[in-house]
Amino acid sequence: MNDTMGRYRAMTGHRLFWPAAVLVVMLAANTIYRPGFLSIELKDGHLYGSPIDILRLSAPLILVALGMTLVISTGGIDLSVGSVCAISGAIACMYISRQPDQDSLPVVLTALAMAMGVSLVLGTWNGVLVAVIGIQPIIATLILMVAGRGLAQLITQGQIITINSDPFRAIGLGHLLTLPLAIFIALAAALLVAAFTRRTALGMIIESVGGNAEASRLAGIRSGRVIFLAYVLSATCAAVAGFMMTANVSSADGNAVGLWVELDAILAVVIGGTSLAGGRFFLSGTILGALIIQTLTTTVYAMNISPQTSLLFKAVVVIAVCLIQAPAFRARFTRRRSSAPPPSPIADKPKEQVPA
Amino acid sequence: MRKMRTHSAPWRAAAVLASVLLVGSVAACGNSDTGGGSKDDGKITLGFSQVGAESGWRTANTTSIKDAATAAGIELKFDDAQQKQENQIKAIRNYIQQKVDVIAFSPVVESGWDTVLKEAKDADIPVILTDRSVDSADKSLYKTFLGSDFIKEGRLAGEWLVEQKKTASGPVNIVELQGTTGAAPANDRKKGFAEAIAANPNLKVIASQTGDFTRAGGKQVMEQFLKANPKIDVLFAHNDDMGLGALEAITAAGKVPGKDITIITVDAVKDGMQALADGKFNFIAECSPLLGPQLMDLAKKVHAGEEVPARIETEETTFTQEQAKEALPNRKY
Repeated sequence: MNDTMGRYRAMTGHRLFWPAAVLVVMLAANTIYRPGFLSIELKDGHLYGSPIDILRLSAPLILVALGMTLVISTGGIDLSVGSVCAISGAIACMYISRQPDQDSLPVVLTALAMAMGVSLVLGTWNGVLVAVIGIQPIIATLILMVAGRGLAQLITQGQIITINSDPFRAIGLGHLLTLPLAIFIALAAALLVAAFTRRTALGMIIESVGGNAEASRLAGIRSGRVIFLAYVLSATCAAVAGFMMTANVSSADGNAVGLWVELDAILAVVIGGTSLAGGRFFLSGTILGALIIQTLTTTVYAMNISPQTSLLFKAVVVIAVCLIQAPAFRARFTRRRSSAPPPSPIADKPKEQVPA
Repeated sequence: MRKMRTHSAPWRAAAVLASVLLVGSVAACGNSDTGGGSKDDGKITLGFSQVGAESGWRTANTTSIKDAATAAGIELKFDDAQQKQENQIKAIRNYIQQKVDVIAFSPVVESGWDTVLKEAKDADIPVILTDRSVDSADKSLYKTFLGSDFIKEGRLAGEWLVEQKKTASGPVNIVELQGTTGAAPANDRKKGFAEAIAANPNLKVIASQTGDFTRAGGKQVMEQFLKANPKIDVLFAHNDDMGLGALEAITAAGKVPGKDITIITVDAVKDGMQALADGKFNFIAECSPLLGPQLMDLAKKVHAGEEVPARIETEETTFTQEQAKEALPNRKY
């Protein structure tokens, strides 16, 4: 009896349990509404179905949220990612649209390199403002969030740039082993970030900087450099996400690409268990968070919830997820039901709670 | 906060100032042509405040107004409000101070214009609204409203469909991609379309969702529509861009757009007209941005003190696939 209770507690206590449970509940609700929701069929040599759509469409959000996780972990925030997506997509599409042979691989690679180069400059700009000059991250990145949207429109001259390039399309719509290529790109990025942060001391250094930048500096960590790196990495991730978003519809729309993605990314990070106050970060949680957000959007369309109520519906689900996620809330809930309260998880892991 | 304080405060202040100046100068780029006063040389001066440059449609609108002003010999003072009402109010006050002959603007939002319109009225400067309306109760604050009738656009789309499906014996399943929730074009096109298809009880809208007027939105929504509804006969999209996004979703589902699914859209921008000429779309109800010549005519009339109707519709048409092939080479946007 005690043993099963203990195992149950260990399972529900795992930080990924509750987000995963929410995802399962959402998929189950969809399946009840329409039994064919989870069905996948083979079409034109690749898999086709709503779950595949969710994977493909969540790929850019996963990328943006990965960068955001590291930035938030250093105690900062990056509001400019949406604008960076728009700029990188705009540069790539603009360059390709001007070439005589849009299907040529060197042309596409040049376009990607140019867009990536500019995005690195933008990431450096953010990094310098925050780490070198010391402006509050929310203000520093707000500058690029606002100005960047204008920049993207300057690049596209206020028009929607349509391109017809198969190699570029593949970034958003290609397939590998019958699955969308985009999700492989996102997962590869996740593995890369995980390897660099968890196989080396970098992750711990980032967490220590987020915990207390000044103390870390006094302990011998070059905090400024770590913070700077986080913003550059965030812009890099956003740039690749921008490629995916524009490739998905073969066109760059300076106004719409990546609009509000910064908020979705922050939400994904929070759902994943990383505190907005900085400190410990959880990459797998962030990926799960991004999947939850995309599933929620797809659910709204699949269940045909009316546009007037869909925002409210999303808000209610998000509040529920955040509350269930918060150990403080769960502890209060279980305490009320059982006389013997479980040891509060907050006491030993202060950085894990989610400000809901 | 746990920010590092390794650098001195003046340094930081200078950097903040520099970035603010940078943003400011970017913003200032749009506000040209507002300086200088109007000379009384018999030439009509028109002060125009544009919403912004948020789409190809809007850019074509701006170009049309600028070209028409030159052609009509009207001196145009142009201001780009960058989607902000306060910028527009500022521009209108500027025009009043400069004593322009006529003021025209496309309101960013519907409400909050009474005060500044009253100022223009007191200064005896006639005001023309273009493209979008205001909700002022006092209709004497502006001379006329020149713009598209969104309800009519929806109705034209619906009437074409009713005509096409006249002989349909079974139910015809329609899915609808709405514009941005709450936006006037979205509400009105939906309303006009619903009114028109009510003529045939076989025509049913089985799913309707917002695609936010964007290609990505239209595509994502259409993907789910296709999975949730095995039989979709018609797609009605509130603008070309959502329809273009939906095209890809339809192709990915193994269906042929324009044949398996009849596609009707609104706007008639270049990419949409191309899709129509290629046989991927079936019908487009035009929403024309080229209201420049009509606006200049109106400006001359109100300046001369002539009476004009309170509501003037932009000259618009509809396109079938054949008409699109003919019209495409001459399209300006």
